Amino acid sequence: MLYREAGQFKATYVEDQQIFPIRQDRIAFAILLAVAFLVVPLVGNQYWLSAILTPFLVASLATIGLNILTGYAGQLSLGTAAFMAVGAFMAYNFELRMPWMPILGSFALAGLCAAAVGMVFGLPSLRIKGFYLAVATLACQFFVLWALQRIGWFTNYSTSGVITAQKIVILGYAVVTPASKYLLTLSVVAVMALLAKNLMRSQTGRAFMAVRDMDVAAEVIGIRMMRTKLLAFAISSFYCGVAGALYAFCYLGTVEPEAFNLDISFRILFMVIVGGVGSILGSFLGAGFITLLPIFLNLVSGWIRHTFGVELDHAMLSNLELIIFGGLIIFFLIVEPLGLARLWQIGKEKLRLWPFPH
Amino acid sequence: MSGRNIGEPILVVEDISLSFGGVRALQNVSFDVREHEIRAIIGPNGAGKSSMLNVVNGVYHPQVGTVTFKGETRHHVDPHHAASQGVARTFQNIALFRGMTVLDNIMTGRNLKMRTNFLQQALWVGAAKREEMAHRRKVEEVIDFLEIQHIRKTPVGRLPYGLQKRVELGRALAAEPELFLLDEPMAGMNTEEKQDMCRFILDVNDQFGTTIVLIEHDMGVVMDLSDRVVVLDYGRKIADGKPDEVRSDQAVIDAYLGVAH
Ligand SMILES: Nc1ncnc2c1ncn2[C@@H]1O[C@H](COP(=O)(O)OP(=O)(O)OP(=O)(O)O)[C@@H](O)[C@H]1O
Ligand SMILES: [Mg+2]
Repeated sequence: MLYREAGQFKATYVEDQQIFPIRQDRIAFAILLAVAFLVVPLVGNQYWLSAILTPFLVASLATIGLNILTGYAGQLSLGTAAFMAVGAFMAYNFELRMPWMPILGSFALAGLCAAAVGMVFGLPSLRIKGFYLAVATLACQFFVLWALQRIGWFTNYSTSGVITAQKIVILGYAVVTPASKYLLTLSVVAVMALLAKNLMRSQTGRAFMAVRDMDVAAEVIGIRMMRTKLLAFAISSFYCGVAGALYAFCYLGTVEPEAFNLDISFRILFMVIVGGVGSILGSFLGAGFITLLPIFLNLVSGWIRHTFGVELDHAMLSNLELIIFGGLIIFFLIVEPLGLARLWQIGKEKLRLWPFPH
Repeated sequence: MSGRNIGEPILVVEDISLSFGGVRALQNVSFDVREHEIRAIIGPNGAGKSSMLNVVNGVYHPQVGTVTFKGETRHHVDPHHAASQGVARTFQNIALFRGMTVLDNIMTGRNLKMRTNFLQQALWVGAAKREEMAHRRKVEEVIDFLEIQHIRKTPVGRLPYGLQKRVELGRALAAEPELFLLDEPMAGMNTEEKQDMCRFILDVNDQFGTTIVLIEHDMGVVMDLSDRVVVLDYGRKIADGKPDEVRSDQAVIDAYLGVAH
C-alpha cells in the first residue's frame, strides 16, 4: 500500500483535527500499539523487558513532562529529576501509610505532590527567563535531594536512606514479572501520552506555546501569564512525578535519593532536544534514541571484535558514547532544533510525494 | 465617508503623560474615538504613537492621565482586562507566535471565549471537543475573510512578511473586538499588499462595525481610510481633526518638514 493521502478528504473539522489525519498513519499506529501490548510481553526476554523497554517508557514519560514545560511553554528547567524523586518517594509513602490505596491512586497522588513542588519552584518564572530560570530550577534539584536525604520521614527513617518500593498488586493480581511491570508502565505511559497530546492541541497547549513564542502578544490577547506558567509547571511536574514513581516501582525496586541526581535531569533534557522540542512523538523518539545508543554501540563493538579482531575497551566505549551525545546535541541545537520528530516528518512528506521529487 | 453611523465616543484618553526615565514619550495627550469610527494617529518617528496604543491596552502605564473605554475610567489598564473588554491590536513589529501554524495563531485569538478547563481538554470529549470545533468554524470564517485558506497549516515563521501581517490581523479579528488598534499594518508592504490591507480594514469596519485606531505613515492611506486624525509630535498632540483639515495645518506641515518625509 502506498503512503498517500489522495482521496482522503476531510469533510468535517473533527476529521481534520485528528491526531493522525492520514489513514496509513492510523493503521501503522494501531499495529504498533498491538505489538507493544500483545506481542512484546510474549516474545520479549527478561533483559529487554526490564532493562531496556521499561526504563525507555519511563524516560519517555519524563521527557513528555519536560517537553510540556520547556518545549511547549518555553520554560527551561533542570529540575526534572527532582520532580521524579518527589513522585518516587511520595508514592512509597502513600503506599506505606495508606496501604488500602490502589497503586494507581498512589501514583496519581504522588504526581500531585510533584505538581505542587513544581508550582512552588515555578514561581521564579514569573520574573525570570531562560538561563536564570534554569539556575533557579537547579536550586530545586539540590533542595529536593537534600530534603529527601535529611528528613527521615520521607524514607521512613531507614538508616541507609534507601527505600524499597512495595509490591504492586492490582485487583488482587501481583505485578511482579518483568512482562507485567512492562505492561503496567506501558499502559500508564500510553494513556498519559494521549492526554498530553490532547491537551497540547487544545486551548491550554496553544496558551503554552503563545507564552513561549511571544509573551507580550499573549498577554494582550488575554492569556494570563501567571496562571499559564504555573499550570505548565504543575502539569509538567505531575508527569515527571508519575514517571519517578514508575521508575521506582517498576524498574529500580530499591531507590536512594541519589538515583535522581542532576545527571538524570540533563539526560531527560537531551532526550527533549534530540527528540524534538515541542513534540509528544519526539519525546518517545528522543528517549528511545538515547536509551538505545549505548546498546547499539555495544553491538557495533561486538561486530568490530568479530570482524577485525580488535577489542574496544569499556572506558573507550563510554567515552565514545559521550562524544556522540555531545555531537548530536550540537547538531540538533544548531541544524534541526525540532529534532528527530521533524526529520521523521520531513521523511514522511518526501514519501507522500514519492516518486516525484517535488 | 460612507453611510456608517458614527456614534458617541467609545474611547476617551485624557491628559496622558508617559515617560521612560528622561524620555517623555507622551505629554498631556487627550483625544477621543467615536464608535464605528476609523481614527488615525500620525506623526514623525518617535512621536509617541505606539506608546499611545500601548497605554490604551495596558502594556504601558502612564504616570498621569486616564483611559475611558465603554464608560469605564481607569488610570491603570490591565492588558487582560482590556482584552476581555473587547480591545484587540496588532504590533508594529509583527508579534505572532512563530512556532505555531496560522490556524493555531488565529485560534489563540479566541482564547477568552473558551470555557472548558484543562482536564476536559486532556480528555478531548464532550464539551472540550464541541468547543474546539465551534471555534474552529469561527476561525475558518476569519481565514476565508482574509483569503489565507492555502496557508492555514503553515507555521507562521515560514511565511513572507506581508502574509504575516495579514495573519496577525486575523488573530486580532478572531477575538471579535469592539476596538481594534492597528500599529502600522501596512509598513513594509508593496502597493498591491497595501491595497488588500486597506480593503480588509474597511471591510472590518463596515461589516462588523468595529471601531479602529490606526497608526500609519503613508499619508495617502490615512487620507483614504480615516474619519479623523490625531497628529503627535515629540509626545504632544499638535493637531486633531478631519484628514484635509489636518493636512493643511501649519503645525503639522512644520513637524513633517522637520524630519525628512
Ligand atoms: N519601552 C520603552 N522604553 C524606553 N523608551 C521607550 C520605550 N517605548 C518607547 N520609548 C521611547 O518613547 C518615544 C516614543 O516612542 P514610540 O515608539 O511611541 O514612537 P512612534 O511614534 O511609535 O515612532 P515610530 O514611528 O518610529 O514607530 C521614543 O523616544 C522611544 O524611544
Ligand atoms: Mg511606533
